[in-house]
Amino acid sequence: MNFSYTILIPLIPLVVFLILGIFNQRIKPAVSGYIGVFGLLASAIISFYAAYQYFFIGGKVDGVYQTFVEKSVWLNFTETLHIDMGVLIDPISIMMLIVVSTVSLMVHIYSRGYMKGDDGYTRFFAYLSLFTFSMYGLVLATNLFQIYIFWELVGVSSFLLIGYYYTKPSAVAAAKKAFIVTRFADLGFLIGILVMSYYTGTFDFETLNNPEGSAILNWASTSFMGLSVITWALILIFIGGAGKSAMLPFHIWLPDAMEGPTPVSALIHAATMVVAGVYLVARLFPMFYFVENGFALNIVAYVGAISALFAAIIAITQTDIKRVLAFSTMSQLGYMMLALGVSGYDGHEGVGYMASMFHLFTHAMFKALLFLGAGSVIHAVHSNYLKDMGGLRKYMPITNITFLIAALAIAGMPPFAGFYSKDEILVAAFQHNKLIYYIGVFVAGLTAFYMFRIYFGIFWGKDKVYEHKPKESPLSMTFPLLFLAFMSIVGGFVPFSEYITADKSGFEAHLNIPLAVIAVGVGLLGIILAWIFYKKENNLADRFANAFGVFYKWTYNKFYFDEIYLFTTKKILFKGVAAPIAWFDRNVIDAAMRGIGNKTVLTSEKIKGMQSGKVQDYAFAFISGVIVLAIVFIYIWTN
Amino acid sequence: MIEGISIYEILTLTTILFFIGVYGFITRKNMISILISVELILNTSVVNFVVINKYLYPEMLQGVYFSIFIIAVAAAETALAVSIIINLYRQISSVEVKDIEIMKY
Repeated sequence: MNFSYTILIPLIPLVVFLILGIFNQRIKPAVSGYIGVFGLLASAIISFYAAYQYFFIGGKVDGVYQTFVEKSVWLNFTETLHIDMGVLIDPISIMMLIVVSTVSLMVHIYSRGYMKGDDGYTRFFAYLSLFTFSMYGLVLATNLFQIYIFWELVGVSSFLLIGYYYTKPSAVAAAKKAFIVTRFADLGFLIGILVMSYYTGTFDFETLNNPEGSAILNWASTSFMGLSVITWALILIFIGGAGKSAMLPFHIWLPDAMEGPTPVSALIHAATMVVAGVYLVARLFPMFYFVENGFALNIVAYVGAISALFAAIIAITQTDIKRVLAFSTMSQLGYMMLALGVSGYDGHEGVGYMASMFHLFTHAMFKALLFLGAGSVIHAVHSNYLKDMGGLRKYMPITNITFLIAALAIAGMPPFAGFYSKDEILVAAFQHNKLIYYIGVFVAGLTAFYMFRIYFGIFWGKDKVYEHKPKESPLSMTFPLLFLAFMSIVGGFVPFSEYITADKSGFEAHLNIPLAVIAVGVGLLGIILAWIFYKKENNLADRFANAFGVFYKWTYNKFYFDEIYLFTTKKILFKGVAAPIAWFDRNVIDAAMRGIGNKTVLTSEKIKGMQSGKVQDYAFAFISGVIVLAIVFIYIWTN
Repeated sequence: MIEGISIYEILTLTTILFFIGVYGFITRKNMISILISVELILNTSVVNFVVINKYLYPEMLQGVYFSIFIIAVAAAETALAVSIIINLYRQISSVEVKDIEIMKY
C-alpha cells in the first residue's frame, strides 16, 4: 500500500502560506480567504481519502494495522544515526490528520466571517496556513527530530497568532509568555531526544517503539540516579509534552493565550496544538509502557490527574468565558494524559490508550465548537466577560443550541460524544488506579458545573438591555457551528476501539453500565447545581463565594501561580543569577573585547604620522630597507 | 678602455654619484631638484652599463644599446614629470613637495 501522496497534505498549506505571505498586501481579502479555505479543503479531502484507504482498504494485515513509512535521509551523522524526513502512517497519525483537517477547515470557514474587515485579514490566513502545515508535519513525523522541528514550528505559529493584535500590549505579553514557557519545556524535550538517541542510537519511532526491539529490551543497560537513562529521557520528553499541553507547572501560558482571535483559540489552543503533548506520549506509548515497568507512565498519569483537577477548580471562578474554556481545555487534556497513564498494552488492557485518543477526537470537536460558539457570542456583544452577557438565547438561537450540545458533550451526557470517550477513560482508570478514578469522577462533576455555569450565564440568567441589539452571526460562522455540533453528536458512535489501540489490533469495547451511571449521575448533579445557581438571576453564587472566602479568592487568582512564577523569575532568577552573569559579561568579556579595540585605535593614532604622504619619506624608508637587507645578505654570503 | 684607469675607480665614481642622487631625492624640497636627482641616478646606471660592457666584454655591444634605451626612457620620463609639475603649478602655484601632501593619513 502506497501512502506517499500524503506528503501533499502538509505541502498544500505550506504553498498557501507562501502565496499569502509573499503577496500579503497585493491580495484582496476576499480572495485570500478563498485561497486559504480551498487550500485546506484540498488537504482535508486527501486526509479523508488516506483515512478511508487506511482503515477500510489496505491498512490491516492479519487483523493488525500496519505502519507505513515513506522517508528519505535528511541529515547523516553515522551509519545508524541519521535524521530522516518523511511521513509515517499509522492509526493515530491518521486519526490526528482527520481531527486537524476537520477543525482547521471549520475554523478557516468561520474566520472568513469572524475576521471580516480586519486589517490583517490576509496575514491571519497566512498564519493559519503556516500553523496547519506545521501541525500536519508534526502529526506525520517519522522520528523524534522531525517531530521536534515541527513542534517548534507550531510554537512559532502559535506565538504569531496569539500576538496577532500586535498593537495590544496584553496580546504581545501573552504571545511572549506562551513562547517562553513552551520553549522552556521544550528544552527538556530536546535534552530528552539527545539522551534517547545517544543511548538507543536511533531517532526513528518504528525502531524505538518495537516491543521486541533493542531500544525497549535493553532499557536497563545504563542507569542514572537509580532510574534507567531511558526513563529519564522519557520523563524529559514528557516535560516537552507537558509544556505544549499545558500540564501543571507549565499551564500558565494557556489562559493568557486567549488574547488571540477566538478562531485561533479554537483551532490551536483547544483542538489541535495543545493535544500535541498527548499525541507525543501516545506516539512513544510502547516505550513509556515497557521501559522500567511504566515508571514514566505513572508520572504521566499523576500529572494528568492533578492538572485535570486543578484546572477544573479554577475554571469555576473565572469570569472571562474564554478563560473558563481555556481551563476546561487544560482539564480535559489532563484527562487524556491520565487515560494514557493508566493504560495497558495488549488487547483490552489498552483501553486507556484507546480512550485517550477517543477523547482527543471528541474533545477536538466539542471544544472547537465551544470556542467558536463563544466567539460568536463575543462577536455579538463585544465583550469576553460574563457580566456583559445574559438572556442571549432570544437573539442567537443557533449559537444557543450548538453551545448547549457542546456543553452536554463535555459534561459527558449520553448520547453526546463526550459521554463515550469519558466513560472509557473512567473505565480504564477504575481498572488500574482507584485514586485517579475518584479524581476523574470528581472532575467530571466539576466540568458539568462550570460548563453550565457559563452556559446559563450567557444564554439565560438576567435579561440584559443591550446598547446594540445582538444579532445571530452570518452563515459563514454558523455553518461550522452546525457541522461541529453534528460531529459532537455522532462522534461518540465511532467504534474507536476497533481502529485505534495500543497494539494496533482492535478489540470490542463495551459500555460499563455501573461506571457510566455514576459518571452521568455526577455530571447531572453538576448541571443541576449550575441550574439552581445561575438559571435565574439570584445572589446564591455570591453568598457561596463569600462563604468560601479565602478559598474563593485563591481559586479566582488561579492559586497565585503567575505570581509565584513572577517572584521566582524576577526576584530570584533575575537578581540572583541573571544580574551577576550580566555584570560578568559586561565587565569582563565585553571589557576585554572593547579593550583590544581601544588599544588598536590608540596605537594607530600614535603611528599614523608615518603615513606622511611625502614621496621622499617613503623613498627614504625604502632605501634604508634595501641597505639593511643588502648588509644582511652580504654578511650571510660572506660567512 | 681608458689607459691608466681601472674599472674600480670608475665604479667607485658612479657609486658616489648614485648616492648623491639618492641623497638629493630624499632631501630636496623642490620637485625640479628631485627630478634632477632622479636623472643623476639614471645616469650612473647608464655609465655602469657602458663601463662594465667595455671592461669585461669588449667584443659585445649590449651594454651600450641598453644605455641608449635608458636615455630614451629617461627623456620620456622627464617630459612626463615636467608636464605633471607644470600642471601642479597651475593648480597650487607651487612646486614645493610640502604643498602636495593632501594624501597623508
